[in-house]
Amino acid sequence: MEKWYLMTAAVLLGLTVRWTVSLNSYSGAGKPPMFGDYEAQRHWQEITFNLPIKQWYFNSSDNNLQYWGLDYPPLTAYHSFLCAYVAKFINPDWIALHTSRGYESQAHKLFMRATVLIADLLIYIPAVVLYCCCLKEVSTKKKIASALCILLYPGLILIDYGHFQYNSVSLGFALWGVLGVSYDWDLLGSLAFCLAINYKQMELYHSLPFFCFLLGKCFKKGLKGKGLVLLIKLTCTVVASFVLCWLPFFTEREQTLQVLRRLFPVDRGLFEDKVANIWCSFSVFLKIRDILPHHIQIMISFCFTFLSLLPACIKLTLHPSPKGFRFTLVSCALSFFLFSFQVHEKSILLVSLPVCLVLSEIPFMSTWFLLVSTFSMLPLLLKDELLMPSVVTVMAFFIACATSFSIFEKTSEEELQLKCFSTSVRKYFTCFTFLPKIIQHLFLMSVIAMILLTMMTVTLDPPQKLPDLFSVLVCFVSCLHFLFFLVYFNIIIMWDSKNGRSQKKIN
Amino acid sequence: MAAFGIATGGGNWFSALALGVTLLKCLLIPTYHSTDFEVHRNWLAITHSLPISQWYYEATSEWTLDYPPFFAWFEYALSHVAKYFDQEMLNVRNLNYSSPRTLLFQRFSVIFTDALFVYAVHECCKCIDGKKAGKELTEKPKFILSVLLLWNFGLLIVDHIHFQYNGFLSGLMLLSIARFFQKRHMEGAFLFAVLLHFKHIYLYIAPAYGVYLLRSYCFTANKPDGSIRWNSFSFVRLISLGLIVFLVSAVSLGPFLALNQLPQVFSRLFPFKRGLCHAYWAPNFWALYSALDKVLSVIGLELKLLDPNKIPKASMTSGLVQQFQHTVLPSVTPLATFICTLIAVLPSVFCLWFKPQGPRGFLRCLILCALSSFMFGWHVHEKAILLAVLPMSLLSVGKAVDASIFLILTTTGHYSLFPLLFTAAEKKNLFLIGWKLSTFLAWDLWKSSVNLYSLSPPGT
Repeated sequence: MEKWYLMTAAVLLGLTVRWTVSLNSYSGAGKPPMFGDYEAQRHWQEITFNLPIKQWYFNSSDNNLQYWGLDYPPLTAYHSFLCAYVAKFINPDWIALHTSRGYESQAHKLFMRATVLIADLLIYIPAVVLYCCCLKEVSTKKKIASALCILLYPGLILIDYGHFQYNSVSLGFALWGVLGVSYDWDLLGSLAFCLAINYKQMELYHSLPFFCFLLGKCFKKGLKGKGLVLLIKLTCTVVASFVLCWLPFFTEREQTLQVLRRLFPVDRGLFEDKVANIWCSFSVFLKIRDILPHHIQIMISFCFTFLSLLPACIKLTLHPSPKGFRFTLVSCALSFFLFSFQVHEKSILLVSLPVCLVLSEIPFMSTWFLLVSTFSMLPLLLKDELLMPSVVTVMAFFIACATSFSIFEKTSEEELQLKCFSTSVRKYFTCFTFLPKIIQHLFLMSVIAMILLTMMTVTLDPPQKLPDLFSVLVCFVSCLHFLFFLVYFNIIIMWDSKNGRSQKKIN
Repeated sequence: MAAFGIATGGGNWFSALALGVTLLKCLLIPTYHSTDFEVHRNWLAITHSLPISQWYYEATSEWTLDYPPFFAWFEYALSHVAKYFDQEMLNVRNLNYSSPRTLLFQRFSVIFTDALFVYAVHECCKCIDGKKAGKELTEKPKFILSVLLLWNFGLLIVDHIHFQYNGFLSGLMLLSIARFFQKRHMEGAFLFAVLLHFKHIYLYIAPAYGVYLLRSYCFTANKPDGSIRWNSFSFVRLISLGLIVFLVSAVSLGPFLALNQLPQVFSRLFPFKRGLCHAYWAPNFWALYSALDKVLSVIGLELKLLDPNKIPKASMTSGLVQQFQHTVLPSVTPLATFICTLIAVLPSVFCLWFKPQGPRGFLRCLILCALSSFMFGWHVHEKAILLAVLPMSLLSVGKAVDASIFLILTTTGHYSLFPLLFTAAEKKNLFLIGWKLSTFLAWDLWKSSVNLYSLSPPGT
């Protein structure tokens, strides 16, 4: 593309921001005995390198599952093994069995941060660049701006390079999946997505839209001819990739079951800690966790999740389109986040990725959502002493979006993709013309609320009777936002049909 | 909402650039800082807790006050804010004190004072003619200049990592240059006089100022062929310039003159005992000279032409600051470096006198003075390359030829600053990225400006 150098500058800026954030503290730094996610990743390197595969997921004297046992699918384990292999050349003390527990040093931190950067560079960043370059009906300037804004999204940077995780690997694979499937490279796309699921099981939040979109494509091609062929090919690809990833664990039934038990801890409860979803927010008023029996909780969660995402998925199956696919990814992931079982606050990143993908289509709402998603993780970021990088990256992201997309000028009905919806509503309420104004005011109130809550959490001490007051408030406010966005994205999906159909008639 | 929209809309790229780089500076707070951090903390302590009469005599710490009085007053002003962050940093005996709040305060003080630099860049942009520009934002000279100056990676490395206060000082320099472009010569002269009393390294470029003001300001008109018209000499202007310089110097040095401390102040400002080259060699002529001397002495020892007993033990490459004798080639004295610098500066100064080309000619002469002094000066720091790189940015958006020279200058200049990041590879990686970014930008902007100015005939 022309102006490749500007795209390179955007990527380099993204890398610079990532590296500077990585200079800060990480999860569980200097906090024995359990430390945090950083120690968990180091421990997995220790386990995968020193123990045979058969023992990775099992409790044993060498592998105490209570101390950060492996609870991600095999691909994470293989990745840890690879990192451990490199670590052995640099300093074997980092991964020595038992003795390296709680190992912390500047050199080790540099190594771990480097592994995140390399994974990011190899998987996530190329996917983002390619996605932006392939955007249709968008000027070069907007493509580069999209890339810059996506790469500057604070949530992912702070969690991966601050708290310490490898979300960019699974999200990167998922993005490659989206790219493949949107541009009719269905087999490669599904392969990439299977790799994503096999890296982190939370990617299952995205699986329904993929399934529905591909199924829809097969239906369109006709189930009696090409469609069936495609369906068979896809099934084979998915099965083959799963078999390949899980091969060492398919040798015994007990192995497979144990891995599944580690991946899906169904006996852990509706939610843990504070997370901005319905169940945690609802428990402020009614302690469902304590009232309802376990299996009822699972049932309710299941029902709500599937009821909320069903309309969008059905629509996608019947009218598959790349645009519908992207929006369905958002609403599906958001439904799972809000209503599902054992959701962690970091899972909001699974919703943020699809929202980044629609940044160029609805810049105002996407920017708003991405800001809220970062805000919802505030208690976690504060625990990791990442206040300064959080504030700075959020402001940088906001400025980047505001100047690239002129978001405040794009709040008309047309630009919010709410034109069809508003027209329909106006059939019944003719005075429904104030939607843009409402949304602008809501945005202003939202930003003020977020800033106020942040300041309060940082400066004030919570009252003794309610020690979690601020965390709960943050979760509650974020949850309200997410519900609003769930409704909004579903409206866009459902009311898009009329636009799509009328366009087809014109063409 | 609409007002907010206009403020953050696509038109206000300058604010976006300034805010963006400020945020990047905030992200650089936890990076490595050099001994210069302790230097400035010490100066905060000295100016806050001791009376003026002690400022240039205090030597508890090895980092004695060696900047002119205005900088001391600046540190004094800062210290009054510092006491709200951490009172302990203002204790002279607290050597190497760097609590988190001290770090925060110091870093924020650099970021905050950079506001003057941002203002100066804004003024410089006003002096750039953007009429020939294309419609694309990235091809507008004003945009290019703003990026080159605001996001200058050399300045970011030196100020926000290594730790110094070059931002607002460079801002003063750029502002005085901008005033000359805007024909506000008295203000420009005043700003430069003030700058000299902040950091005397700017003496490097004083010849350009002196000659330009004398030739193009005191002589109010030229003959048609461009040569000097002696009868247009304006005594009023000369006197007013002299008055400005005198008054500024009086305010600065006056108190120390009254305390009879001038010799002490000057010995602190010009420490010739420090040696020809700094601890980390500045890539100048004397570095090559010393390297050659070393090579010759090694060859001489091998070929048994030199007596090993007569070779001095101290090495120039040991990273220490001290005086040194060369073994094979003749030793270099401060006077010798001064003469070399003078000879190097002479051609450009002559041109400025005999063939004045207005503010643009002045700018060229300034850059050449800075480069000559960098090349041949005594005890030059590698950071001094910024004195040449920043004004060169102004020239580079004017002509394609200048742009290509600038590309080389900025790449090598920023590369030569790397040894300042004396720490783990993590920081070197970061700055590799930053350096690549800056060279990329420079390359991109050179290409755009070549496209832009390929239509203009050479020599304009």
